[in-house]
Amino acid sequence: MFKILKYSFFDLVRSRWSYVYFLFYLALASVLLFLNHDLSKAVITLMNVIIVLVPLIGTIFGVMYYYNSKEFTELLLAQPIKRSSIFLGQYFGVAVSLSLSLLLGIGIPFLLYGLFESDAIWDFSLLLLTGVFLTFIFTAIAFNISLSNENKIKGFGYAVMMWLFLAVIYDGLFLLSLVMFEDYPLDKLSLIGTMLNPVDLSRTLILLKLDISALLGYTGAVFKQFFGTNVGLFLSIGVLCIWVIVPVLRIVAKAKKKDF
Amino acid sequence: MIRIENLHKRFQKNRVLSGVNLNIRDKGIYAILGPNGSGKTTLIKSILGMVLPNMGEINVLGSNNKGDWTYREKIDYLPQIANFPSNLKVQELIHMIKDLRGASSNRDQELIELFAVESFLDKKIGNLSGGTKQKVNIILAFMFDSPILILDEPTTGLDPVSLIHLKELIQKEKAKGKTILITSHIMSFVEEVSDEIVFLLEGNIHFKGTISELKEKTKEENFEKAIAQILIRKDV
Repeated sequence: MFKILKYSFFDLVRSRWSYVYFLFYLALASVLLFLNHDLSKAVITLMNVIIVLVPLIGTIFGVMYYYNSKEFTELLLAQPIKRSSIFLGQYFGVAVSLSLSLLLGIGIPFLLYGLFESDAIWDFSLLLLTGVFLTFIFTAIAFNISLSNENKIKGFGYAVMMWLFLAVIYDGLFLLSLVMFEDYPLDKLSLIGTMLNPVDLSRTLILLKLDISALLGYTGAVFKQFFGTNVGLFLSIGVLCIWVIVPVLRIVAKAKKKDF
Repeated sequence: MIRIENLHKRFQKNRVLSGVNLNIRDKGIYAILGPNGSGKTTLIKSILGMVLPNMGEINVLGSNNKGDWTYREKIDYLPQIANFPSNLKVQELIHMIKDLRGASSNRDQELIELFAVESFLDKKIGNLSGGTKQKVNIILAFMFDSPILILDEPTTGLDPVSLIHLKELIQKEKAKGKTILITSHIMSFVEEVSDEIVFLLEGNIHFKGTISELKEKTKEENFEKAIAQILIRKDV
């Protein structure tokens, strides 16, 4: 698996899009710091961007990489290599290279700005951690979708719809249901609702850490009240881990049964 | 070498292979022929474990290929469409496949010279022409000395000189005592290189034997016409 990972990774690292992605974050973080002069505020703004953009890029890259390397995958399948190694290697290759673009793109400006002297370092680290989690989750989901769809256009369509649903529509529906059922106790429902969406979960996780009650919203407040800050943190990280593990296991299962 | 028993494969509603029995015991060159969609590539991919059969067994060199992957060390495969990661250079791809197979091979230099691709070694694969890609494809397939060699449409996009080299190469491999499976639509190529032909039609083997046996059976002097005869009569 590590050989495939290595080659997928280097293949991607040299592609133009990795640089575009890296430079975008570099520019974004630099501009934010330049305009804000405040690390904590920059972290909040970055969070809002990362939470929507990272899933989108993870999804698109994952689907694109899978379909583009299809013939190459066939070549690998004819070699004496285990099937699961091929797909896991490719998946980790994509996820790791995207994470690296994110980490370097945002990390470098913050480091130059003097992150280590600031007390925002933990908030910042958590932001990067969730960014990496979201990359791994959405790349894995993208691989799942493309493994299940032979048709490229269909695969792309489903993947983008999945992103749209989790990043935008889900929140709307969630809010709507909270408003409609406001006469009932909704604590548990909203907790479960948050856990079921990695985007929401990441947002809550960061806001919990940043401790900005104004932005916390209803679910965040319930979260905090229910678990307290620390338990809440560990719990949400745990759930994010599950969000990575389940799709990855499905990649392995799906790859084993597929014809090429 | 390769034994296939009662192989069935269906893609959704489309029955591609229905009960194929094939036993390849000896060394030599076997051509798998058949019209488009007769299941040639599916048969080859089943042998390689890329397509998972609905029913039936495949034994390669004495071991069942289901759920196993180590037997592929004994097979070299030339896929039909040569499309490799476009960011890699030719040299890197060759190096990578060697690394992935974990086998040492010195034959790549010889093959690179034979097909005259030295000047492309530092070029990215995405920038190569179709014919050059096919040459790289051939180099990758012939690089290792495995006892079984499977070639899916090896002649695609090759110029006449390379075609001659390819034919010589195939004969050389045969002399080494390998079992070689070839699919091709170019009948003159098949007639020239193959020892035996396996004719697939609608997911079944309709004829297996030498070319002279086929000609005798169909009472045709011309190989191409003999093949056409099977297609028309379907009962040979």
